[in-house]
Amino acid sequence: MKNKDKLLEVKNLRTYFDTRRGLAKAVDGVSFDVYKGETLGIVGESGCGKSITSLSILNLVPQPKGKIYGGEILLHRDNDEVIDIAKLKRTGKKMKDIRRKDTAMIFQDPMSSLSPVYTVGSQIMEGIMLSHDVNKSEARERAIEMLRKVGISPAEQRINDYPYQLSGGMNQRAMIAVALSSNPSLLIADEPTTALDVTVEAQILELMEDLQQEYKMSIMFISHDLDVIGEISDRVVVMYTGKVVEVAEVEDLFYNPSHPYTQGLLQSIPKIGRKKELKPISGSVPQIYNLPDACHFAPRCPHKMDICTKKEPPVFDVGEGHQSKCWLYEEGGKRNEG
Amino acid sequence: MLNFILRRTLIIIPMIILISMISFLIITLPPGSYIDSYLANLQQMGGEVEQSRADTIKERYGLNDPIYLQYWKWVKGFPRGDFGMAFSEERPVINIIQERIGYTILISSLTLLFTWVLSIPIGIYSAVKQYSFGDYAFTFFGFLGVSIPNFLLAIIIMFVGLRFFGINLSGLMPVQYMGEPWGLSKILAVLQRIWVPVVVVGTAGMAGLIRIMRAEMLDQLRQPYIQMARSKGVDEIKVIIKYAARIAVNPLISTIGWLLPQIISGGTIAGIVLGLPTLGPKLYDALKIQDMYLAGTIIFFNIVLILIGTLLSDILLALVDPRIRYD
Repeated sequence: MKNKDKLLEVKNLRTYFDTRRGLAKAVDGVSFDVYKGETLGIVGESGCGKSITSLSILNLVPQPKGKIYGGEILLHRDNDEVIDIAKLKRTGKKMKDIRRKDTAMIFQDPMSSLSPVYTVGSQIMEGIMLSHDVNKSEARERAIEMLRKVGISPAEQRINDYPYQLSGGMNQRAMIAVALSSNPSLLIADEPTTALDVTVEAQILELMEDLQQEYKMSIMFISHDLDVIGEISDRVVVMYTGKVVEVAEVEDLFYNPSHPYTQGLLQSIPKIGRKKELKPISGSVPQIYNLPDACHFAPRCPHKMDICTKKEPPVFDVGEGHQSKCWLYEEGGKRNEG
Repeated sequence: MLNFILRRTLIIIPMIILISMISFLIITLPPGSYIDSYLANLQQMGGEVEQSRADTIKERYGLNDPIYLQYWKWVKGFPRGDFGMAFSEERPVINIIQERIGYTILISSLTLLFTWVLSIPIGIYSAVKQYSFGDYAFTFFGFLGVSIPNFLLAIIIMFVGLRFFGINLSGLMPVQYMGEPWGLSKILAVLQRIWVPVVVVGTAGMAGLIRIMRAEMLDQLRQPYIQMARSKGVDEIKVIIKYAARIAVNPLISTIGWLLPQIISGGTIAGIVLGLPTLGPKLYDALKIQDMYLAGTIIFFNIVLILIGTLLSDILLALVDPRIRYD
């Protein structure tokens, strides 16, 4: 691990949605840390709660049905102040202050994540003026500088463009410019490249890595794409049906996956040159209103044991910085292959 | 943009000519003429009219001419502001319109203002506080406003005014002020009554606008750019007004064009019940007795207002929404 200083601690986070069909436990007891300067990948299928986890950190869970029911989200600010975001009022002053200065987010769909009726420049300037004490012309200077940094040129002209005048990749760059204009310590990227072409995706990932070096910020990178996660992350959190099932450093996760779900995920990625047939995970993701009692993955698990359907597994340490929520590791030792 | 406005304005000219033809055609469509129905009325009441006198009248107004000649006679006066004679009142149509257009525009504009100023904030509130008590309450009263017929609400208000407050609310001013020069007491007297048609007609249109605004707001509030704005730390009130409402209001702006003709034809029934000096009731009378030039002119004005309104909508929409700019 590059740096042991914690920027964010998520502890036993529970974000539920009170829907007509019942209480949907979108995020149920999620815990993980984000260290300063690292990129933490969060991977899982759609509906596993990765986006809701990220929205919870900004206290932006969709209203009126969603709510943080419990847990802590501890943000360590530069001045050694520790704030529990889960306890803050959603529209309160403190929360706004955090959004303005500490955190930033980029979203999946670049074409609809910027307001269509304001110029790209004015949307960047708004962010700059909210986070820094500058006047309009200084903000404009900085906005041009931001556009240059994210590779939009000629920046002096593009600053007056509306989002519909830019391509998807350009819009994603513009959104990164908006997000980074506040110089945040934590950038949450929710599937930022999913809507883009592969070539553009590579450019955006490279841009994010460059900017991370420059701004010394932590990135929470959310994706369902294991290749992208493997490319950009230092550590990875694997989520399944609202719970964290495995946390590991990126090499560890790819070469030595411990949780049967992670193993299944890795086996279902096609690779050029590999002769073996793809092995999809059998069955399908259970409905969020109708989750199995104990281990959520048990019905699909090839290593299912008696205890798996009776008692929810705790998190076991399986290696340095490597945890797995699976009964296979109860003895603390490695599972015997066989 | 300027080019676009110019082009659109030029297109209006042939449109107006076409419309004058169509409105004339419409008013000559019913069988018979003002004279025929006038004579029939007289005969019914036992009066005798000599055929020769009827013929002179028809001759004077050119009612025996072929239709294109009648049309030409009517239309050639337009540039001079001559829209023909109103048979029933035996004076130029333009005088009747001049007399009533002021009050008509005043009442209609107040009504539009009343509807918009109330329904847009209510629509925003209803969307932001979706399914709250307030949302349901506004929806309830909104639909109450739509479902109560205008004339009934007008009668109820007049009844309540007279029975419980001893004020006669019919007309735009008490009889003693009619023909008097404008003074403070006359203005006060008008103000005391003018809210009645404004509320009666306004409440009818409000529910529709509230629902459109609410639905548009809900739609916009779900857009990713809203969360993006919030994640920047923009104040919630600004997120709602500057981001969501700014776009949600566009469909309403595009309907301004349809509202302009309401200046004349809106609130006709309420106008009749309340005895207002506006153009709506006059059009109704004119159509009833086949007062063709009067009816034709009012219809003509109505359609011209639709054209101007549509042009206005297009220009406004292009101004507020950069995605719709014409080159």
